[in-house]
This record gives sequence, structure tokens and C-alpha cells, in this order.
Amino acid sequence: MITLDFVLHQGPFTLELRERLEGGITALFGPSGAGKTTTLDAIAGLRRPVAGRIALGEHVVFDASRAIDLPPHLRHVGYVAQDPALFPHMNVRRNVLYGRRSGQKLELDVVARMLEVGELLERRVPDLSGGERQRVALARALMSAPDVLLLDEPLAAVDVERRRRILPYLLRVRDELGVPVIYVSHDRAEVDQLADRVIVLDQGRAVLGGPPPGSAS
Amino acid sequence: MTEVWSVTALTVVMAALATAVTLVPGLLLAWVLTRGRFRGRLLLETFVSLPLVLPPVATGLILLMLLAPRGALGGLLASLGIEIVFTWKAVVIAMAVMGLPLFVRTARAGFEQVDPRYERAASTLGARPFRVFLTVTLPLARPSLAGAAVLCFARAIGEFGATMMIAGSIPGSTRTLAVAIYSFAETGRDVEAGQLVMVSAVIAFGALALANWITGRSGVHA
Repeated sequence: MITLDFVLHQGPFTLELRERLEGGITALFGPSGAGKTTTLDAIAGLRRPVAGRIALGEHVVFDASRAIDLPPHLRHVGYVAQDPALFPHMNVRRNVLYGRRSGQKLELDVVARMLEVGELLERRVPDLSGGERQRVALARALMSAPDVLLLDEPLAAVDVERRRRILPYLLRVRDELGVPVIYVSHDRAEVDQLADRVIVLDQGRAVLGGPPPGSAS
Repeated sequence: MTEVWSVTALTVVMAALATAVTLVPGLLLAWVLTRGRFRGRLLLETFVSLPLVLPPVATGLILLMLLAPRGALGGLLASLGIEIVFTWKAVVIAMAVMGLPLFVRTARAGFEQVDPRYERAASTLGARPFRVFLTVTLPLARPSLAGAAVLCFARAIGEFGATMMIAGSIPGSTRTLAVAIYSFAETGRDVEAGQLVMVSAVIAFGALALANWITGRSGVHA
């Protein structure tokens, strides 16, 4: 269970959320400027709410009333943005292993097989295609054994064909690893295909929530 | 000619030591001034840059007052049996103090060029701030940092005013290139002075060309 109950100001913009998310894939859907990326940033500790509480299961990462505001490195989130920000001075293997915590059970082999990045491990980052970069970024985030995976339009810069090929990997993450995913997307078809539930944001507020419209058909 | 080479060797070794001494405080200051958001940042930045605009002789006098056996710090060091002024250690300190602002400014320009997305990605992957600095910021800023070190070395090679004040001109111990040129010219040894000017020009040109090449490749200029 992920608890998002907070108020965040960013200049004149206010984001106010009160949601409890079960496991599976939750899509944040809405127009530009609705607060989707800001929501992910608040969960990751990259932006600070002024009030409220954010908890990933039992792990409280922000609670204004108890003066809890964990820095990003203590929050145990995996964050993959539209630009995957792979470290250009490391090869793929070192990128993927960067966030690996000591004593964690998830093996590199398992993640590499699931996302089909085994062949890429010794490659340099500049030599990867857009789709390969996103898979590597996903593998890197998963290897940090996150309590939640935050995906901010990870496929926006990837062409339609590659996007179609990557989507099943995201479903595998949900089905095989059971990591809850919060997925920001502008693409209605993508949301229909992936999400277990959708939260529609508009001007900083959730205006609609429930299963994706396409799932009924 | 032997004296010319011994002065050159001594200066190069002192400048290399001064650059090494500058590295850790210079990197930390550059990082703090780039990423830090704290009260007094502007004051710290101004203080670090002060030797760039203060007359070197004035900087030397301040160092002398601090490090002389009766000075604030010098007294403490003297009680531990450490003598600074008019020794090779004073040369290194004078060179390091005068080179530090140049190092910090160039290194800072390098850190500013590191895209914060990489640092954010590293922190969400569980890396503590110091690990982010060591494994992401530092390697990505490496070309500029190398340029900063070369510039600091070049500045140290040419250091004169502060060195004269706290180290003097003791042959074989504190007489560096710039100090030796002055001494030779003053005592009518124009040939040796001219030779040292040539050596200084070659080293300075080489170091500056190297620094410009390195920082130019990384797109950073001090």
C-alpha cells in the first residue's frame, strides 16, 4: 500500500493528493502541467511537500507532522525518467549494478534475462539505442530493490515499434517481481495496455480514479 | 647553467607539491560553492578569490603574520617543533594559497557543467551525497579538474610576491624561478636571469596550452 497524502507548492502551482495505491501498475494520466512528474518527484524526495504524509508500505518517507523528510538515497525508490540519465562514464554493467544494495536477493542474471540486457552489459552507454537505454535504466532501477518503481514517460522518446516491444517488459516487472509501479504517461493506448488503475490529474488534483477505461472492453 | 637547472627543478617540485596540497581543499570548496545553498556562501566565495586581486606581497605579509614563530598559527607549530617561514614549506604554502582561487574557479566551472540529472539518478539509486560526488560528479568533471590542476601549477611556477615575503631567497631551499630572476637581475647576472626567463616562458606556455586544451575539450573556461 502506497499512501500519498500531501500538499506541495511550486511557485503558483499547488499539488494536492489524497490517494492510497495497491500494488500493480498505477498510471498517472493528465495534461501537461497537471502535476504528474511533480508527484513522482515528491515520492522520490526530489521536491518537498509543505504538509502531509508519504509512505511506501510501512516505510514512512515524508511526514510533516513528525518532521520526517528522508533524503532520496534513503527512500528506496527506483526512478526512470523520460531521459534515462545513464552514467556516460560507466559501461552498462556498472550502471546496472550501481544501486545494488548489499545482501539483496535479486540477482543481476534474473534482471538481465527478464529485460534482455545480458548482451548489452559490456557495451558503452553512447553505443546504445533509445530502447536499449530505457531497458538498461529499468534494470538499473530494479537492481536497487526499490519499494516502488516510478516511471516518468519512459517511452516518450522511443518510436512506436520499439515502444510496442518494451511494454511487455514492464508487465514482466509487475508480474514476476511484484514491484508496485507508478507510471506517468500521455498515451491513452499505453495506459489501457499497462495499468491496473488510472488516476487522472488536472491542475494539481486527482479528478478521476479507477480501472483504465479500455480495460472494460 | 647548473644553478639554472637546480632552480628550475626546485620550482617544479615545489609547484607540484603546492598543486597536490591544493587538490583536496580546492575540490571540496569548488563542490560546496557549486552545489551548496547556505548562508555565507557569497562571503566564502569572495574570501577564496581574495588572493586573485590582493597584491601578492600583501597576501605574503598576512601569511607571514600567521606563520611566523610569534604568529597565531606559527607559535603553535613552533611549539610542535615545526618551522615554516624561510623554509621550503613556506614556498609550498605561498604557491598553494596563490593557486587555490584559480583552481577553485576552474573546478567550479567544471562541476557546474555536470548535468544534475546524473546526480539525482545516483541519489535515487541509494547513493549517499559523498558517493555521488566520488562516483558521478568527480569523474564527469575530470577534464576540467585536470585543467584546474594545470592552471594552479602554472600559477605556482610564476609565484613571486608572497614567496619573497615568507620564504625569502635562499639558494637551494627557497629560491624559485621568479625569485631567482629577480635576484640575478639585481646582482647583474643578466645571462642567468635571461636563461631563467626562457625556462619560465617555456614552462608557462606549455602549462597554459595544456590547460586550454583540456578545458577547451570539456567546454569550460575559468
